[in-house]
Amino acid sequence: MARKAITGNGAIALALKQVEPDVMAAYPITPQTEIAQNYAQYVADGAVKTEYIAVESEHSAMSAAIGSAAAGARTITATSSQGFALMWEMLFIAASLRLPITMPVITRALSGPINIHCDHSDSMGGRDCGWIQLYGEDAQEGYDNAIQAFRIAEHMDVRLPVMTMIDGFIISGAIGPVETLEDDVVKEFAGDYVAVNALLNVEKPVTVGAFDSLGGWYFEHKIVQNRAMENAMDVIEEVGREFGELTGREYSHFKTHEIEDADIVLVAIGSAAGNVKTVVTKLRAEGKKVGMLKVRTFRPFPTEQIREALSGAKVIGVMDRSDSFGAQGGPLFTEISAAMYGGNAHPQLYNFIYGLGGRDLFPDDIEGAVEMLEKAAAGEPVEQKRHYLNVREG
Amino acid sequence: MAVCPGPAVVSVSTGCLEVSTTIYPYTAWKDSMIHSAFENAGATISGVETAYNSLKKQGKIKEDMYFVAFGGDGGTYDIGLQSLSGAVERGHNFVFVCYDNGAYMNTGFQRSSATPCGAWTTTSPVGKESAGKQQNRKDLTAILVAHDIPYAATASPHNFKDLMNKAEKAFATPGPAFLNVISPCPRGWRTPGEATIALAKEAVQSCYWPLYEVENGKYKINYKPKGDKKTPVADWLKKQGRFAHLFKHPESEKLLADIQDYIDKKWEELLQKEECLG
Repeated sequence: MARKAITGNGAIALALKQVEPDVMAAYPITPQTEIAQNYAQYVADGAVKTEYIAVESEHSAMSAAIGSAAAGARTITATSSQGFALMWEMLFIAASLRLPITMPVITRALSGPINIHCDHSDSMGGRDCGWIQLYGEDAQEGYDNAIQAFRIAEHMDVRLPVMTMIDGFIISGAIGPVETLEDDVVKEFAGDYVAVNALLNVEKPVTVGAFDSLGGWYFEHKIVQNRAMENAMDVIEEVGREFGELTGREYSHFKTHEIEDADIVLVAIGSAAGNVKTVVTKLRAEGKKVGMLKVRTFRPFPTEQIREALSGAKVIGVMDRSDSFGAQGGPLFTEISAAMYGGNAHPQLYNFIYGLGGRDLFPDDIEGAVEMLEKAAAGEPVEQKRHYLNVREG
Repeated sequence: MAVCPGPAVVSVSTGCLEVSTTIYPYTAWKDSMIHSAFENAGATISGVETAYNSLKKQGKIKEDMYFVAFGGDGGTYDIGLQSLSGAVERGHNFVFVCYDNGAYMNTGFQRSSATPCGAWTTTSPVGKESAGKQQNRKDLTAILVAHDIPYAATASPHNFKDLMNKAEKAFATPGPAFLNVISPCPRGWRTPGEATIALAKEAVQSCYWPLYEVENGKYKINYKPKGDKKTPVADWLKKQGRFAHLFKHPESEKLLADIQDYIDKKWEELLQKEECLG
């Protein structure tokens, strides 16, 4: 293991290089570009055996990735924001064809108006396209998730594409310390790829993506697809445990901080978890019973485990880095609400939307949110509407 | 596929060909086939061909394999053009076959940029203010030639030998090759099924659909109707229900003359290209 000072993008590009897949198809888009260009450089330097397709759009990046994965090659791409949106049609097809493509997503706001900075409207907008979604907090988790993604995607009980998120610029462009593994250790962990029903198997030609319309098996295929997503729940934990044995950094569906006896719990995802953790530690020192739950696996959503973990809380504040127009709250809020409604504990739930288009999230903002939750815990009336952190008045 | 020299992978864009040959759980394909969406046969086959190159270099595949993409005119001239253009520019080794029936026939009869001027479709309808499609066709083969593609050709099912020769050449071409094949559609053209081949032949004789090929920039016209063998395009249009409105009103004469002028102009241009770049 080596400790490196490296950007989030650089760490992910390195992880992909160490796995050394057969094909990468990518288009550059801010703030993912560094991954595309670092990988192109690895190919140009002969550092990897990977064939690189410099496609003419993200729609074609995902289309080419689909062709390549269906052909039988271990295949990667990466994207952000508008590129993610342009891939959207093909994201569904990649999942429905059960192709174990992996894709780092460097999260960024969606237009319009155009904004190149971080929020989760891209990846959260694609939460129902049939991909497994893992969110990382920092460059280290971006690196670790990018490696684990191959094992999860290619597991015979799963065979679904996996996207791994890190926050645009905040993590992707910032230099931080990352514990990296040796190339051969990563390769061994990823293992050899065994393709299933490959187009390039001349002994057994296959038809992929047949016309599955009225009178076909479309409905049944969707059910099987969802079952694979359910299977992913255990596989993600199994791979996370094994990765922990290798590195000392164990991964599961979520992480908690000071949650055991907490009356108030903040739920966060992505880089904001670091800020929340700092604030929680500070408030604990002041004697406040506050805790945090950081979500890693968003698809499949670990409903029962999260419900269990949050069952002791009186008030839960859910922090979303994307809004959902006309819905009851942000995507994470609606998931947590639904999870809690299904149990016996019925804590109060409040939603905090923050950081849209790269807006800063300061410790004061988080403390302000906790103050509001304390009022709610004390039985004072607090509005159920969305609360926006660090927005200008008027 | 009959002249494909070895095992192939075929990428088909959404359309009649895909719908009629892959009704789950059946398939009409002997080779491997992939359909993913309407606009991306070019990008999909790029991925397949690149995967092949990767696995071949690693020694995981031994056989020589071939790569083909099929699209209708909608999936080639219009929504699929970017994906095809990208694949050709990158130089993937594949054959792209466009079966051009001059409209979106799989969804009914909606105009495409390959629909000829004057044709009735449901999105270029005939009415008080309109006599069908107002614009000429996009010259897609010329666009592919402008990519400096090593091999591009037009073909017609009535001249089967010519079609097969061109398919053989396309497979033998290292890098991308493009075949544009006129494909009369009885439903959309409003013509009898048994007239299909005769209509394809007349399309060529009227020079609406000239047969030619461009090999590394060199033009060759494969059939030149001499003298009165070059039939007036109106004779061909008259046989098709989609142009019936042009023959009911005397005011359509000007449009018919314009259609003929355009075909003559394009034919002259082609003759000159052959002379200068043959």
